[in-house]
Amino acid sequence: MSGEHETSGEEVLHEREELAQAEHAIAESSPSVGAVRAAEALADVEPVPGVAKLDPILVADNVSRHFGGVRAVEVDHLEVQRGTITALIGPNGAGKSTFFNLVTGFDQPDSGSWSFDGTDITGTSAYRIARLGMVRTFQLTKALMRLTTLENVMLGATAQRGERMLVAPLRMVWKRQERDIEQRSDELLERFRLSHMRDEYAGTMSGGQRKLLEMARALMVNPSMVMLDEPMAGVNPALTQSLLGHIQALRDEGMTIVLVEHDMDVIMSISDWIVCFAEGKVIAEGRPSDIRTNRAVIDAYLGARRALPDRADTPKPVTEDET
Amino acid sequence: MDFLAILTNALRGALGPEAAIYALAAVGLNVHFGYTGLLNFGQVGFMLVGAYGTAISVLSFELPLGVGVLVGIACAVVLALILGIPTLRLRGDYLAIATIAAAEVLRYLYRSEWAEPLTGGVFGLKQFADGFFELNPFTGALDLGPFDFSARALWLMVVAWSAALLAAGFVGLLVHSPWGRVLRSVREDELAARSLGKNVFAYKMQSLVLGGVFGAIAGSLLAVNSQSLNPDSFMPIITFYLWTIMILGGASRVMGPILGSVVFWFLLTFLDSFLRQAIGAGLIPSSVLAPSDIGAVRFAAVGLGLMLLMIFRPAGLIGNQKELRLDVR
Repeated sequence: MSGEHETSGEEVLHEREELAQAEHAIAESSPSVGAVRAAEALADVEPVPGVAKLDPILVADNVSRHFGGVRAVEVDHLEVQRGTITALIGPNGAGKSTFFNLVTGFDQPDSGSWSFDGTDITGTSAYRIARLGMVRTFQLTKALMRLTTLENVMLGATAQRGERMLVAPLRMVWKRQERDIEQRSDELLERFRLSHMRDEYAGTMSGGQRKLLEMARALMVNPSMVMLDEPMAGVNPALTQSLLGHIQALRDEGMTIVLVEHDMDVIMSISDWIVCFAEGKVIAEGRPSDIRTNRAVIDAYLGARRALPDRADTPKPVTEDET
Repeated sequence: MDFLAILTNALRGALGPEAAIYALAAVGLNVHFGYTGLLNFGQVGFMLVGAYGTAISVLSFELPLGVGVLVGIACAVVLALILGIPTLRLRGDYLAIATIAAAEVLRYLYRSEWAEPLTGGVFGLKQFADGFFELNPFTGALDLGPFDFSARALWLMVVAWSAALLAAGFVGLLVHSPWGRVLRSVREDELAARSLGKNVFAYKMQSLVLGGVFGAIAGSLLAVNSQSLNPDSFMPIITFYLWTIMILGGASRVMGPILGSVVFWFLLTFLDSFLRQAIGAGLIPSSVLAPSDIGAVRFAAVGLGLMLLMIFRPAGLIGNQKELRLDVR
């Protein structure tokens, strides 16, 4: 047992080193393919709330949700451009997470309609939306504690024959598919550096590892769009960098990513497009450079200190001491 | 005191048909709670509809006993649907309330005067399982020194234990499949399962039906075992024995309920015999414990044993202690 621990300790050190190099590479590299593509797609889009995009993957219209007398969400029109990293920002209680829950089918709106990839999915149940290719993660990580890490990831695969009750006892029907799924899962675990946790219960993982696990599990569904609810919350700066790397890599592969996040440095560095919520409404949207100087956003959320001319001159308070 | 007699009695209890029947019903409960996390506090209700479905089919509709058992199973499926459709979309505690209430409502319904033409009301039903005993391949009693089982008991034991083991084996096959993986994910976190495209409601429903069917078969066997049926033998306390059995053996372990039932019945009959003998031999003065109190005292002792088990081995006898130490939720 102790021998195992020593080797895994070494592995961890090794991984850290690799990670640091990867971070460095991300910081040094010129804009990636995906970033360039996203920038081109959004080049001619006016930074005004509710603006139409060239090729929207998600379109929401008049979506509203009230909790008693509180207006949680009231979005007139919002489009998310395909193949971009779109960030939702806004103060606490601005309705970002509620909007997330509404479009992914985890909550029912009072009114409104929305479509995904051209299909109207208003009122569609959450599991159907996930199968269509729009997968979400949760603000409070939902690792399936008493399943192993591998099982957690394998669960994500869709159209599993063995998931039907009547077929389940007949091993030969689903054995081959199961092996393929296991292989894919192992690849994903490798990619997210969780291979050493493969056969451990997910409940033994650290908070950061659970965030990674959740992302790996979501990818197993083969989504065309991933919605990440505060993926960096409670994650140490080194892991944040690695998560960012993963998110950018997914965008470069053509996936659309929508994320809710509070860390402004993270948002400004990776987003292609930013949508700002306040009191349930979209008060602004635009490229990071537009948002940084937007009066409404500054008033609602950023605070005057952040309204500095450009990113290059802005000191990075959190990540700086880490590198 | 005759320790050999105490021990043989206890073993007879541990291997007897009741132990097998309770094991089977607990296997069903294990599907509900152990693998899906459903709080079913009315497993006895499934046993009741299974038992009465069987007996009424034979007595009132003159169907063969085998068909009667199928009718009992069908009743359990219907009960599962009635309970599940309104509650399974809600939080887990609603199912708990609905099941515990439904089991009691069913007991009162079956014993009511209104239902008497079919169910026999408070008088119950008798002599409906002749078909089962006609098939008995055993001709003579089995005699193994201090052990002896009548041909009738032997036949019942073989059938009941086969049913319990087959059910456990079937559950084993199911839970080690992708279907079982979804079931366990529902137990851990419904929302996560839904976010990965799993129809959580359908899985919970399937689980409720499957476990309920095992309960119904157990009920049928219970009725066959005594050849008589009375609504008041389906008290809520039976459900809690089943929970005890499942937790004792180890929830979410395939063989947990089987082992739990054997141990439960062993302890129960052991204590019963032991106390009786001790009073008979004058070791316990009758001013302290009268023979009529034994029934209550043995359950108190089982309760104490359960408390000790929860303190020192909270995951049950063969449960995965490591799994339980995880901070779930």
